[in-house]
Amino acid sequence: MIPNCIRSIGSQTSKRNYGSWSKAVSFLLNKNNYATEASFETKPFRLHKLDSGPSTQVSVTKEDALKYYKQLHTIRRIETAAGNLYKEKIIRGFCHLYSGQEACAVGMTAVLRPQDSVITAYRVHGWTYLMGVSPLGVLAELTGRQSGNARGKGGSMHMYAKNFYGGNGIVGAQVPLGVGVAFAAKYQNTGGVCLALYGDGAANQGQIFEAYNIAKLWDIPCIFVCENNGYGMGTSADRAAASTDYYTRGDYVPGIWVDGMDVLAVREATRYAIDHCTSGKGPIVLETATYRYSGHSMSDPGTSYRTREEIQEVRQTRDPITSFKERILNSNLVAADELKKLEAEVRKEVDDAVKIAKTDKEIPMSELTTDIYSAPLEKEVRNVTPFNPLPHGRLGPAINL
Amino acid sequence: MLTSAVRGIARRSFSTSKWAAAQQMTVRDALNSALDEEMERDERVFLLGEEVAMYDGAYKVSRGLWKKYGDKRVIDTPITEIGFAGVAVGAAMAGLRPICEFMTFNFSMQAIDHVINSAAKTFYMSAGMINIPMVFRGPNGAAAGVAAQHSQCYGAWYSHCPGLKVVSPYNSEDAKGLLKAAIRDPDPVVVLENELLYGVQYPMSDEALSKDFVLPIGKAKIERTGNHVTIVAHSMAVQNALEGANELAGQGIEAEVINLRSLRPLDINTIIQSVTKTHHLITVEQGWPHCGIGAEVAARIMESEAFYHLDAPVVRLASVDCPLPYTKSLEAASLPQTPDVVNTVKKILGVAQ
Ligand SMILES: Cc1ncc(C[n+]2csc(CCOP(=O)(O)OP(=O)(O)O)c2C)c(N)n1
Ligand SMILES: [Mg+2]
Repeated sequence: MIPNCIRSIGSQTSKRNYGSWSKAVSFLLNKNNYATEASFETKPFRLHKLDSGPSTQVSVTKEDALKYYKQLHTIRRIETAAGNLYKEKIIRGFCHLYSGQEACAVGMTAVLRPQDSVITAYRVHGWTYLMGVSPLGVLAELTGRQSGNARGKGGSMHMYAKNFYGGNGIVGAQVPLGVGVAFAAKYQNTGGVCLALYGDGAANQGQIFEAYNIAKLWDIPCIFVCENNGYGMGTSADRAAASTDYYTRGDYVPGIWVDGMDVLAVREATRYAIDHCTSGKGPIVLETATYRYSGHSMSDPGTSYRTREEIQEVRQTRDPITSFKERILNSNLVAADELKKLEAEVRKEVDDAVKIAKTDKEIPMSELTTDIYSAPLEKEVRNVTPFNPLPHGRLGPAINL
Repeated sequence: MLTSAVRGIARRSFSTSKWAAAQQMTVRDALNSALDEEMERDERVFLLGEEVAMYDGAYKVSRGLWKKYGDKRVIDTPITEIGFAGVAVGAAMAGLRPICEFMTFNFSMQAIDHVINSAAKTFYMSAGMINIPMVFRGPNGAAAGVAAQHSQCYGAWYSHCPGLKVVSPYNSEDAKGLLKAAIRDPDPVVVLENELLYGVQYPMSDEALSKDFVLPIGKAKIERTGNHVTIVAHSMAVQNALEGANELAGQGIEAEVINLRSLRPLDINTIIQSVTKTHHLITVEQGWPHCGIGAEVAARIMESEAFYHLDAPVVRLASVDCPLPYTKSLEAASLPQTPDVVNTVKKILGVAQ
């Protein structure tokens, strides 16, 4: 292993902590005087019904650091672009941005294996990208065009990919579905787990508790992930929940609280959770403490139920991207030029995607009545009137069959 | 009682021209004043739902009410529809008059067991001992660009169930009069509002501005009279019906437009009378066609005397029989539009299109 020289970062992060991180490094210097690996101390995890938790000492290789940085940055840029497209009225309806929460998804996908699955709610753009869909696939879905991940039929809330089951618009509904996906993994002996993500608001839905019970009762390898961004729409967590210790709310399901602004902490906690599930111990709950910068959806200014200062404070002291950037720079793991170059690449990719997403065509009218059924028993679908029925069409084979 | 009726008449006689004097009001404000007036009138009335209090309502229908009535009567709930809907029904059982807001009716599916099994059936099951005087309300139907899970009309779903009363207001007068009636009604009433109409202004008569204004549940409104064809619609679709009727009028076709207002009970008599006169009927709705409101209207006409007065089969205009897509052009093609109304009328009248 690599030598450590770690200073505790303490339980609360402040701007100054970035400074201390620069000392919180270990390095193997290569010939350019850059480290190939660095390690850091995370905020302490909080544990529920667990004797020991993930290690608070985390390390990252240069290669991984660049990968995570690119992913964090890409999600942020996709979301910024989405916000602008919404303001230009090119994205319609809802548009829930993930800005501020990027480290949760990036940290979790870092340790996912090919046999693992994910399901989440409507705050789905970043997850969709991480699960293998290009920025164009995400942005064109948002603009409702044919290059969209669901050909523009699903829009902002409904995106899918292999091992990624969406994209659910009904608060809480994805959680039992995630237990079902994990059930199938156990049934088919794939060794896979499913991450079932939900918000602090969703955490109060009754079906989540039904799902906890089933998962524990049947030892289902499901990782329940509560992304606690402090608010469910305009309601702060403490106004909606009698207990805001979401990691304990599975009662008999063990749980871990993790700093959701720290990509490496999230990665370690997820690694631990996967081990837990795959060693036959059944489900586990992860609560990632995070923050959303934008309003709930683009139509919500997001400032009537919290102060601008609060948002600024998080941006300045706990931003998941800035903090990671400072860590990997200060530990000499990467050079500022490398990150600049990456940022430029990401910017170009997202900007190019935006251009296509704006000008791309919508799917043809025939797809209005395509894929209502995978085995349609009627050839035609009733139109607005009975006079000119539409043919039922089918597109390519389902990817989950 | 008598005095207020007299006052109402007196006031009306002062306004020389109803339309010139008519004040404009958005559907949102009409609903807001209905809530406000009924909460003021009856201490037992309270509002609960997601974001109804501090945030003033997700669509601002309850704006100002929390400030005015406080935590006791305007209550933010967690996002737990089956939980708070059940709590509301229980409170109604024990003598309160809850107004349970669903942020949109799409989320009422999480709570539908309490709407149907607890609210609709208890009076019957208890042989009339326990009634459920409460309101379930919120925006219903397709909004704009919110895709399949958020774009569904529950008109047919809830009107299917005996024990519920179901209203579907179109304009501001409808909204105020029907919501007030629903709050005062001793039975559970489902009030299906429309998000896209919240911000639209409609004239309010002096009468509708009064605190005593209520509309009867179970009565349709003839929005426009005509002799050639009857167009029956509810909610948003009334607008298409009226626009279509205007266009047809320019071509010498006089359509009678009936705004259902109430889906259960359904005012079939008003439709029968109209069809007896016009001999033609189409229905327009934004819900799905299969087992829909139009299907019910058509069947009831078939079962009535009016059947013999029809010169052409009844035609239903409804959403295309598929989930609603996000894609803009497809979304528009999914719902009945005004030209569909015009063309269908011409078709059944045998007029060149
Ligand atoms: C069953 C249901 N109820 C209400 C809504 C409306 N709604 C959408 S998101 C949301 C807030 C959810 O908050 P949270 O779970 O904390 O997730 P976040 O938006 O913070 O990611 C609400 C009330 C819905 N979509 N589904
Ligand atoms: Mg939240």
